[in-house]
Amino acid sequence: MATQLKDQPAAASEREAVTVRFAGDSGDGMQLTGGQFTLSTALAGSDLATFPDFPAEIRAPQGTLFGVSAFQINFGSDAIETAGDAPDILVAMNPAALKSNLDALKPGGLIIADTGEFGARNLKKANYDENPLENDSLKDYQLVAFDISALTLESVKEFGLGNKEALRSKNMWTLGLVLWMFDRDRQPILDWLHSKFVKAPELAAANAAALNAGHAYGETAEIQQGLGRYHVGAAEVEPGLYRTVTGGESLSLGLVAGASLVNLPLFFGSYPITPASPLLHTLARLKEFGVTTFQAEDEIAAICAAIGASYAGQLGVTSSSGPGIALKGEAMGLAIITELPLIIVNSQRGGPSTGLPTKTEQSDLYQALYGRNGDAPMPVLATRSPVDCFEVAIEACRIATQYMTPVMILTDGYIANAAEPWHVPDIEDFQPAPVTHYEGEPVSPYKRDEKLARVWIKPGTPGLMHRIGGIEKNFETGNIDYAPANHQKMTDTRQQKVMNVADSIPDQAFEIGGPDDDMVVVGWGSTFGPIHQAVKAARRGGAKVAHVHIRHLWPMPKNLGPLLKGFDKILVPEMNTGQLKTVLRDQFLVDAKPLNKVSGQPFKIAEIKAAITEMLP
Amino acid sequence: MNDMTPLKAADFATDQEVRWCPGCGDYAILKGMQRTMAEMGARPENTVFVSGIGCSSRFPYYMETYGFHTIHGRAPAVATGVKLANPELDVWIITGDGDGLSIGGNHMLHLLRRNLDCQVLLFNNEIYGLTKGQYSPTSRTGTRSPSTPYGSVDAPAEPCAFALGANGRFIARCIDTAQKQMPGILKRAHAHKGASFVELYQNCIVYNDDVFADFTAKPVAADSQIWLEHGEPMLFSNGTKGLRLNRDDLRLEIVDVVDGDWQAADVLVHDETRKQIAHMLVEMRHPDMPVALGVIYCDPAPSFEQDMRTQNIEAAKGKVVDLGALIRKGQTWEVNQKKMREGNAHLAAAADENKREPSL
Repeated sequence: MATQLKDQPAAASEREAVTVRFAGDSGDGMQLTGGQFTLSTALAGSDLATFPDFPAEIRAPQGTLFGVSAFQINFGSDAIETAGDAPDILVAMNPAALKSNLDALKPGGLIIADTGEFGARNLKKANYDENPLENDSLKDYQLVAFDISALTLESVKEFGLGNKEALRSKNMWTLGLVLWMFDRDRQPILDWLHSKFVKAPELAAANAAALNAGHAYGETAEIQQGLGRYHVGAAEVEPGLYRTVTGGESLSLGLVAGASLVNLPLFFGSYPITPASPLLHTLARLKEFGVTTFQAEDEIAAICAAIGASYAGQLGVTSSSGPGIALKGEAMGLAIITELPLIIVNSQRGGPSTGLPTKTEQSDLYQALYGRNGDAPMPVLATRSPVDCFEVAIEACRIATQYMTPVMILTDGYIANAAEPWHVPDIEDFQPAPVTHYEGEPVSPYKRDEKLARVWIKPGTPGLMHRIGGIEKNFETGNIDYAPANHQKMTDTRQQKVMNVADSIPDQAFEIGGPDDDMVVVGWGSTFGPIHQAVKAARRGGAKVAHVHIRHLWPMPKNLGPLLKGFDKILVPEMNTGQLKTVLRDQFLVDAKPLNKVSGQPFKIAEIKAAITEMLP
Repeated sequence: MNDMTPLKAADFATDQEVRWCPGCGDYAILKGMQRTMAEMGARPENTVFVSGIGCSSRFPYYMETYGFHTIHGRAPAVATGVKLANPELDVWIITGDGDGLSIGGNHMLHLLRRNLDCQVLLFNNEIYGLTKGQYSPTSRTGTRSPSTPYGSVDAPAEPCAFALGANGRFIARCIDTAQKQMPGILKRAHAHKGASFVELYQNCIVYNDDVFADFTAKPVAADSQIWLEHGEPMLFSNGTKGLRLNRDDLRLEIVDVVDGDWQAADVLVHDETRKQIAHMLVEMRHPDMPVALGVIYCDPAPSFEQDMRTQNIEAAKGKVVDLGALIRKGQTWEVNQKKMREGNAHLAAAADENKREPSL
């Protein structure tokens, strides 16, 4: 498809979907550029998915390969569920950006490069012996190269900025050009610039001038071969109100909504860690919704404070990424044995140890299911997309309070940072499940309801003073009890209580296909998009393959076992070395086959489709 | 249940059998605490004892109040959540030298610097009791224990100096057996708004018996203990000795007081708001100097949970609490027709006055 890009007619060509990758130095503002282009795309009504891909270093040495920051967006008039396998267009702001992203570009794809940055020094930093823009190394692509730096300087000359300051507008100049290519309205971006630089109007004006200049360049520079215009139609979607949302925002809003539905103030204890921090940042600004945010001294204090808040009657939530979740392990056990509601959010990243802080992985499933001392069962939910985070958070609030248990939400770095359009739901459609703290006659703190959830008595309630703690307690009285039979009974009860959650969750459904298909692809988390697209594509090619995507990882839906046992061929694509595959084999004795990828990059549709084809020749 | 009849010390005891070793110093502290609760007219339903792990951390099970026996070292963190969630509760943290200064040292530092309104009672017995006698961060150098059979080589931490260094605003010291003074000190700690840190020298009869006897034994007590009272001269040895500031090398020194004329001996008057003097007092080591006891430092400052609450209220002022509006915030657009393939979508962008930068 991308080869069609060659010899574009001057008129806008109609495209079903396009993938654009903006790549530059980590100081070039590529994430900002991508974010604004995303907004513009959403406003144009296309469906979209994004993939921000940035280094762990805040400002890596300029021009280096490891300092390259990229933002990929896939948008189209059909449903878009992944950030796109390979870009059609690569915007390369310097040699390092070109070098580290060229492999991803489709054959025949379009490269827009800033010649102003392709000097000897930058070429050397990117390990180029000669200028790739000037030899024939890029002959398989379309190359549009011109001095964006100089054009930017020219466009902002009247504002009298220093050279360094003026060059900062390069990203806006480039964005202007790309907006022109896709026939986009500049006004929302101009509005955004003015609100962003409200305290520095001259910077707002300079950036606006650069944006307009980039746009004007596209209109006038017809001589540029290959720099055509594309029209990507609006997607066919349900009527209603839309906005774009990142996973971090969606999860925060879901937690606030979930706490409101169970009628409890939200207490959020957290410690800064990539890529989980956006939750803390978002929630810290929502005090009016009864949210208390507490930046603790460490991961352990963050969860312990959340447990303390739950003990005192609020809904405690803590959030981290894999390494921080490991530190919280002992405290999770405390919440399990004291049977207090708590939500633990894990924004997974590449591990082990510090691993790949800014890259995505879903390798903490074992940790979520099994990573605690003792028999310590806990419900675990997974989010599949930025939008899905909202509902998952609400579900976690419900389970935690109805079953008096900690609940873990697994999301990941990709979901946390990626954006997609959100058909904003009507909050009235969600069922309130208000919590009432027990205030009746004196009872044992371990008095249970039919679901096996214990009473929640908060300190401050007269006549119901009691002691809880991490030591095993008597089933009846709640006093310390080490007796063998009692520990057996309490362990069994805690286990059964968590399994009872399965009574309150929906049956596992098929995303596509059904029980009569020859094969099922089972996924969880952010692999949803590529699996879904791959299965769709395989079905278009005649393959009888279905897609099942699990939200409730523990306990699993009651029908999941029978459902999977109906298939001889089960493929489990995961961004780990096969964790769900092992769990499914263990739980259901099914012959689940793994498809694993731990490169820090999401699956490509083609990779999953190839695995399907291999199993269903 | 809601009657306000005065409660007796026994009303603060639970029906649980106390499981400390016979003769443990914890018994005396428990007794002192129950008495103090009764004397203060504390309400059991508004009182929460939070503890970590160790012998002392079983304390909550024996108090007829709310209680949370948490995990090793984390009581300050759990207590922070409790107090932030409900500032009306009266929160007491029970910890030990290992729990509070070793595994939980970080939390102790931050609790004190934040100045959460609560009372921290650190039972210091200079040994790990519950794990059977290993040396602790407060054990004196050379302590022989199962883990240091040839004697410990590391220098001990001084709990009150640590607390002062962490910007604690209330620092006091007491001895488990000092039942006369204990209720007064606990009441002062309770009355102080902010984090109150009380170190209690507590005798471990099994693993570290008489480790404090050099200054707590009756025959030597008067000469080796100085009980501080705000506004009173720093006297000990039945008023025959006092503490004077040596202004040349900025240290405290012992002076003889003749016929009670402490002014003539230039004895310092205890001003509990003076941090520099407090630093010198907590560093005094027996036998060269008497051990400072009582309220050593008290200089109140706004407490964490109050400031948090105030900020939360201020931040919420004038804002409408509308969940529906919250999720519709940002740059939104309306899709009116189901079929949009022709690209004739009607866009109602940027109508929201709450336009903001999309988070990246």
